[in-house]
Amino acid sequence: MPENLNAKLKNLTENTYKYGFSINLENDSAPIGINENIIKLISNKKNEPLWLLDFRLKAFRHWKSLKEPHWAKVTYPNIDYQKIYYYSAPKNLKSPKKLQDLDPELLKMYDKLGVPLHERENLAGITAVDAVLDSVSVTTTFKENLAKLGIIFCSISEAVQKYPDLVKKYLGSVVPYTDNFFACLNSAVFSDGSFVYIPKGVRSPIELSTYFRINAINTGQFERTLIIADDDSYVSYLEGCTAPQRDENQLHAAVVEIVVMNNAEVKYSTVQNWFPGDKNGIGGIYNFVTKRGSCIGEKSKLSWTQVETGSAITWKYPSCILKGKNSVGEFFSVALTNNLQQADTGTKMIHIGENSSSTIIAKSISAGKSLSAYRGMVKMSPQAINAQNFSKCDNLLIGNKCSAYTIPVMQNLNNSARIAHEATTSKISEEQLFYCQQRGISADDAISLIVNGFCKEVMKHLPMEFAVEASRLISVSLEGASVG
Amino acid sequence: MPWFKISNLFAGTENKLILSDFNLQINPGEVHAIMGPNGTGKSSLANVIAGNPKYSVSSGNILFKNIDILPLPPEQRASMGIFLGFQNPIDIPGVSVMTFLKYAINAQRAFNSLEPLDAPSLLKKVKIRAEALGIPNEMLKRPLNVGFSGGEKKRIETLQMALLEPELAILDEMDSGLDIDALKIVANGINVLKNNNRSFLLITHYDRLLSYVKPNFVHIMVNGKIVRSGDENLAKSLEKNGYTEFLNA
Repeated sequence: MPENLNAKLKNLTENTYKYGFSINLENDSAPIGINENIIKLISNKKNEPLWLLDFRLKAFRHWKSLKEPHWAKVTYPNIDYQKIYYYSAPKNLKSPKKLQDLDPELLKMYDKLGVPLHERENLAGITAVDAVLDSVSVTTTFKENLAKLGIIFCSISEAVQKYPDLVKKYLGSVVPYTDNFFACLNSAVFSDGSFVYIPKGVRSPIELSTYFRINAINTGQFERTLIIADDDSYVSYLEGCTAPQRDENQLHAAVVEIVVMNNAEVKYSTVQNWFPGDKNGIGGIYNFVTKRGSCIGEKSKLSWTQVETGSAITWKYPSCILKGKNSVGEFFSVALTNNLQQADTGTKMIHIGENSSSTIIAKSISAGKSLSAYRGMVKMSPQAINAQNFSKCDNLLIGNKCSAYTIPVMQNLNNSARIAHEATTSKISEEQLFYCQQRGISADDAISLIVNGFCKEVMKHLPMEFAVEASRLISVSLEGASVG
Repeated sequence: MPWFKISNLFAGTENKLILSDFNLQINPGEVHAIMGPNGTGKSSLANVIAGNPKYSVSSGNILFKNIDILPLPPEQRASMGIFLGFQNPIDIPGVSVMTFLKYAINAQRAFNSLEPLDAPSLLKKVKIRAEALGIPNEMLKRPLNVGFSGGEKKRIETLQMALLEPELAILDEMDSGLDIDALKIVANGINVLKNNNRSFLLITHYDRLLSYVKPNFVHIMVNGKIVRSGDENLAKSLEKNGYTEFLNA
């Protein structure tokens, strides 16, 4: 990248979006655009087995027959899928064995982001980190300590090589490549992502975490995450995302699949802070993501917690398929939009198992001229005897140029199943603001205080360190928002 | 130079003039009471001094410690030492009393270039003051003013005043909605804060509060301005004769 552009970016980012810097890494990219040869090239670069190439090609052929969906309450110019790079890897990164082998520029970047890659800095052992830059997984810390417990935590590329049976069995089992346009595209071109396997009876003693970062220009990020929690296991998984500040939009189309077996529990937390675009809506990430978990075991539990403050456009519905008897699904969400951001997010709870239960708490905060929609579906299948759902959607509006929509769909095919839905919309009032200001609290701080109060019900489900970060992020994202 | 002075103030909301040629002067350590019938502009006066954006000032000025405070945002006036105890304190869902106090106290400290107070010191400070006002611990964890009774709200206002130690405390109908025990507690909360440097402006309908907190001056306000000033005997005579003579004046 030319020096002056780099300097310009730096300048821009120091004003608002703290993570907007980019670094000069030599990239090994596939040619621009998408066709079968590109897919073969990706598969070949990753030295993949034939079944996986086959999976990718089937997905690609199916994708060509699909049309980009436009039912979401978001608008954006047409995406030219031939103008995206589908594979980009930092050049000096041929499967680094040790941290010392990593490009120092890269380490510097993660330092700047506050990602604790150095295990020595992380002796306290709070979090194990898998860092995904552009398309490839850079390093996974703590791997050895986890291995002693039989926990597998590595990049999905590595898992394909080392644990092909597990990957082959579960890849696409929750989100088949035919699922939707973006998931299908991901299935064809996914480059990397994280793989987690928690064996029977093991509780992961630390939080597992993946840190996603888009660095290269014009590059799509298509990561694929697969988490398998075997019987009686537990894992808490965290995901964080940032991207450089650029004038053009970048596509992020990830797929996350989770399989939860008997009596197992997975807690999946996301703090999504992709570059949201500037005040005038220039640039920003299109975050078109498919996340779904299947609670196949009895008493299995899957809990999604998300704090979404970034991206120009968010299109995301982390969902639970509650197959197991007494299985539990949870969705706790805060979606904050400011300026010209658009978010269409929510969840699907598909109840199949007897006595399965689900809870949805979705909070949206809209400021500026942004648009926020909660879209949710609760379905009680005929066999879901005594299944229960409780949903609560609260919207908070800041100012009078933003809008919020709640679009819940409920389908109850079993007489014994119960669905309860509550929704509220409120505004931060001038009186609330004045009250805070009268106590010496600035308008910005007052808004952030009130918004954090509004989100508390969701934030308390985040792991401690993440909650602090998320709450700070909400304050930063709302700076300059006005109630008037 | 007077310490606090309102001169020839005309102010109101968008389409209604409420304060009309209002004048008032307060010196350090004084307790002033403003009494008057409903709708005469007493609460508006309190809000205009504190800088509520709902009101606009068309002319006149308010000097506090030699500074014209009218151009200043409400938080800056607060940081200078002006406190408004609200007649109807507003709910802030999800924000506990304790969290709110932390924000307020630390905002004030930041204004005075002090580090934020650490959690143990903050807790200790709050608890001592809360206990004196008969505020149980549990209440500090509840969201601010959400579902609070009138008496509880006024106690929390008094607690905030005690913690922020303002130089000029404007208390708008602090006695409304209080039973006699709560009134005594709130009045005591005011009395312990009285000193030579701190002044109070009490806005009230009745002399109930004034029998516990002795004012140096009592002003009768009608139609947006003060029509008579006197000492506490004026409040007593009001209680007997009502506002009729002033309304017709």
